[in-house]
Parts: sequence; structure tokens; C-alpha cells
Amino acid sequence: MTPLLEVTDLTVEFPTRRGTLRALDQVSFSIGAGEVLGVVGESGAGKSLTGAAIIGLLQPPGRIAGGTIRLEGERIDTLPPDRLRRIRGRRIGTIFQDPLTTLNPLYTIGRQLTETMRTHLPISESEARDRAIGWLDQVGIPAAAHRIDAYPHEFSGGMRQRVVIALALCAEPRLVVADEPTTALDVSVQAQIITLLKRLTRDHGTAVMLITHDMGVIAETADRVAVMYAGRIAEIGPVSDVIRNPAHPYSRGLMDSIPSMAHRAERLRQIDGAMPRLNAIPAGCAFNPRCPSVFDRCRSDRPVLLPAGNGQAACWLHG
Amino acid sequence: MGDTMTSPALLDVAGITQRFDVSKPWLQRLIAGDPIRVLRAIDDVSFSIAPGTTLSLVGESGCGKSTMARLAVGLYTPSEGSIRFAGQDLSAARAQPALRRRMNMIFQDPYASLNPRWLVTDIVAEPIRQFRLAQGKAAIRARVGALLTQVGLTAADGDKYPHEFSGGQRQRISIARALASEPDFLVCDEPTSALDVSVQAQILNLMKDLQRRLGLTYLFISHNLAVVRHMSDRLGVMYLGRIVELGAAETILRTPRHPYTRLLLDAIPDLDHIGRARTPVGGEVPSPIAPPPGCSFHPRCPLANDRCRQEKPRYTVVDGVQIACHAVEEGR
Repeated sequence: MTPLLEVTDLTVEFPTRRGTLRALDQVSFSIGAGEVLGVVGESGAGKSLTGAAIIGLLQPPGRIAGGTIRLEGERIDTLPPDRLRRIRGRRIGTIFQDPLTTLNPLYTIGRQLTETMRTHLPISESEARDRAIGWLDQVGIPAAAHRIDAYPHEFSGGMRQRVVIALALCAEPRLVVADEPTTALDVSVQAQIITLLKRLTRDHGTAVMLITHDMGVIAETADRVAVMYAGRIAEIGPVSDVIRNPAHPYSRGLMDSIPSMAHRAERLRQIDGAMPRLNAIPAGCAFNPRCPSVFDRCRSDRPVLLPAGNGQAACWLHG
Repeated sequence: MGDTMTSPALLDVAGITQRFDVSKPWLQRLIAGDPIRVLRAIDDVSFSIAPGTTLSLVGESGCGKSTMARLAVGLYTPSEGSIRFAGQDLSAARAQPALRRRMNMIFQDPYASLNPRWLVTDIVAEPIRQFRLAQGKAAIRARVGALLTQVGLTAADGDKYPHEFSGGQRQRISIARALASEPDFLVCDEPTSALDVSVQAQILNLMKDLQRRLGLTYLFISHNLAVVRHMSDRLGVMYLGRIVELGAAETILRTPRHPYTRLLLDAIPDLDHIGRARTPVGGEVPSPIAPPPGCSFHPRCPLANDRCRQEKPRYTVVDGVQIACHAVEEGR
């Protein structure tokens, strides 16, 4: 069976005056129908860029320099912009971090919802409005029939993000790319939004690519996790394996550095140093200068994703 | 340091209230007939911090924790109540350089809090020059070099500009600057929330090491309960300008008693809860301009009754922890 989304050797480059920067380097993964794939990593690891490449919204001069992206078997990375626009919204929905910039401040939320549905679905205006009220009701906006004619500024941050979720799901896409959907929200509201996103995507059988730096959010939401480092996937596997028994030294360091609510340590374990800049990625494994288990081969040969436990890790320890 | 304070407090905050006038401009108010509107950012807050310990304040955005941070170093003068630092009134203490240099602040955003046009040496040397803690160029340079080494950078980093550093390194520069005046009290307002987790661990470890080595006292402001748990001796949970629960951090986090503290703890996504199905509490923090009467948490509280809607709760002490909740007081 072909997976819903299949990304193979995706490479994204930014040409600059001082040479070409490779921001994504041979990233490969797939997402099955109805599956939630969490993508984690630190700032600059390339997680948002992966999402942007999939939905065809790379900021120029960034460009896909290699690899393929297939949605339900069909190649979408080479499609002309107008064809891609039909896919975005209809088959891939998007949720971004800041609901204020996602919503158009000049249109009522009802108009934004009906317009999205009518662009992608063969339905009448009144049908679209009925469905819009239904969606607002599903995402937990009280008095949806009344609130539909309100403008984005009349909603609180949490309510706006609910509207954005309705907007992403209203054309019934097969996949939603959610980039830091709860980062701008307070924890109590974040819990509401995660629960909502989980419930709705499960009810509608929508797959989710959940991009976040928050491992806690991933732990509660994702089925599988991809850990990114310096534009590459360091490890990918089932969520419980990656969190409880990480196979890559970087993921292990990442998990250890998160302060825990369950027990208090006198010192947190830290990974010394910082992620390399794109113009200074070391040869071999990108993590080798910070890795506690480094050996000769790590400095010369770049590891590919190798089977490790129930998942895969790009680490020669598993070679 | 536990709950009972043997030594006199370094910082003593007693019944302070901070009001801000958020009315529209005078003419607009006159034409539209709008009333004067007052935001009560801090509402009757009291706590104290013993030397060498960390008190953390947690809460969601708008709860008043950053206002409290600014009040604690005297950037605002409280509308009511008093703040005493080392036994003296804070405004009086700030007027004396000998006391003023003993308090400093670390800010959240290491990109905004460092002047991009200054060399790191000048940034770190500013408090040294200001308080005349070293005389002569060579002595100041040596002191800056020592400070940079202390926070895990090198003396040579002083000849660079802030943009040449990563977020974590910049936060180290902020810490070096904060330490330059040889303070014993630091107010840290979300010092790691702009950083990645692996860098956050480095900074938190550094802050703890410095505390142990230099005997620093911290007022630590954060929205992240896991970070707070790691850092704190004592903890205050804030909601809409009030402290709803105050006491030993371990006790509060192990047995949270105020319904809001329980909500917060329950809401945190945690690595130990893989695939947890949850029923989150609804509602959001109401506007501090028109807070609900009685206990301000009652609209979201599962235990609220008529008394909570009318009467502002006083503190009940259970297990050494102060809790402002009628339900806890009545044992509901």
C-alpha cells in the first residue's frame, strides 16, 4: 500500500552570495493515512522548512534541489503553482503558529470558511454556510450560528486557533501540516487545542504532520516521531521508543535535557555546544563534535537511516 | 531552605498592589463618555525570599508575574504596600549605589536585551563603570574577562558583537552583565523561554552553579512548571494578579491543593504521558480590567459555589502552604 505522503531524499538549498546553503539534506519519511507524525528539533534544524516544502510554500530563494514528494502516489513537488494551490487547502490543510496572521482581519470568519469550502468543494453558498456553522460548533466555538459573522479580532487567541483548525479541516483534506500550532498559547489553552486537534483528525481520518519543539506535545499526540538535526533526520520511530529508549545519541541528549515533572534532578544533563550553522556542518555525522559516543567513522562517513529497535536512526552505532 | 525562615528575608514584599491606568485618551473619553479604566496587575501580593534561595512565580500570560518582576527591582513603584530589600525600603535602597548594585535583572529575550552596536566587553563593563567597581581600563578588562569565563564564554569573546553569538550564548552574556555589579539578588524573567531545550538545560545548570558558588538569591519568573520545579525552593502560583498558592515548591508540586494549580499541572504535556487522553478544563484567563468578583478563578473552577462568586478568599495554611481557596478552607 502506498503511504499517504512519501518524502524521499528531499534536499532544499538556499543560494547565497557566499555559496549555497543546504538547509535540508536528503530527508526521507512517510506518513500513513490517519497517522500523526511528530517532527521535533531545535530552531534551525529544518522542521518548519520540511513542512513548507511539502505544502509548496518555500520562501525564495529557497528551492527544492533534489528528491521527491508524493501525495497518494502522485508527485507534487514538480507541479506548477496553480495546480499546487488546488492541492493546498483541498488535500493538504495547514495550521500555523500565529492565528492572527493566518486569518484575514478584514473578512468575517464565516466568509473565510465558506470561501475556502466553495473554492475546493462543489457546494452552494447556503450549504457552505451551514457547514461553516457546523465546523465552528465542532471546534468548540460557543453560539456558532451567531459568532460566524464576527471578525478575527473579536476572538481570543485560543478561540482564533480553533477557527484556524476549522479552516484547515473544512475542505476535508487527507493531511494537515500543523507547524507549532500551540506554541503561542498558554498551557491550559494548549491542552484544549491539542485535545481538539487529536479528536477531530481521528474522527475525520486525517493524517497530521505535527511540527513542534515541545516534546511533551509530541508525546501526547503523535504516533511516530522524527527527530531532526542540522537539516537531517537523526531518528524516526514509534513515539514511545523515541522518548523512552532513543536510539540516536542526539535524541537521547535531547530527552535528558528536558526538566521532568516526575522527578527532580540536582543538575540537568546537557548537550554541550550548539547545533552547527548551515555553512559549517561538519563532515560525516553532523552531530559528531557534540556526540559522547563518537568514533572515527562518524567523522568521515555520513550515516544513513539504519534500522534501530522499532525505528531507524542515522547513527553508525547501529551500523 | 524550607518553609520556615530562620534568617531575615532579603526581599520582603508586603501587601502590594499595582494599578495601571489603561483609559482611552482624555478627549476621546470626553466625547464617547467612557469611564476611567484601571487595570489591577498586582492585587494584594505578599511574599518574602530568604538569602541564597529561589522563589519562583508561575502563571499564564497576563497573571502579573512580569509586573511583579519589575516591581521587585524597583522599575515600578507599587500603588499600595511596601517592598523591603535587605531591611530597607526598596525606593530608598535604590537611591544608594551600595544597595542598588546588589540587585539586577536577566530578561527573556537575549536578542532584544543586548545593545547590537556595543561590543560584548562594553555591555558587560557598563555596570562595573557605573558602580566604579574597578578602576582603569586594564582592571575593567580583566574583570570582564573573568565574568565571561565564569558564564562559560572566553575572555576573547568580549571583542565580538552580540550578533556573532547564538541565543544561548547571548543569554550567557546577559548573565555576565547581571553579575558584573556583584549582586546577591537576581530577578530572572523567563530567562530560558526563548531558548531550545538543550540550551535551556545549559543555562539552568549555569544559573544553579552560580547560585551555589556566589550565594545568589533568585526571583525566578516562568510559565514552565517543569523548569520551575528544577530551580525553586519556594513557589508562588499567580492568577489574575493574585498569588493563589504559596509555599515549598516540592510540597505544592507533589500535592497541589488550589484548583488552579491542579489545572496547570494537569495541562502540561509531559513525556511520561505518552498518548494520554485528557479532558481539559475549558475557559481562558479573563480580562484583568474587569476580573470576576469573589475568587477570580470561580468561572473556570469545578468546585465553585455561591461563596466563591461573592467573597474573595483569604489564605488557609495547609502543610506550610498558603492557599487562597474557599473549597480548601471548607474541606470541600
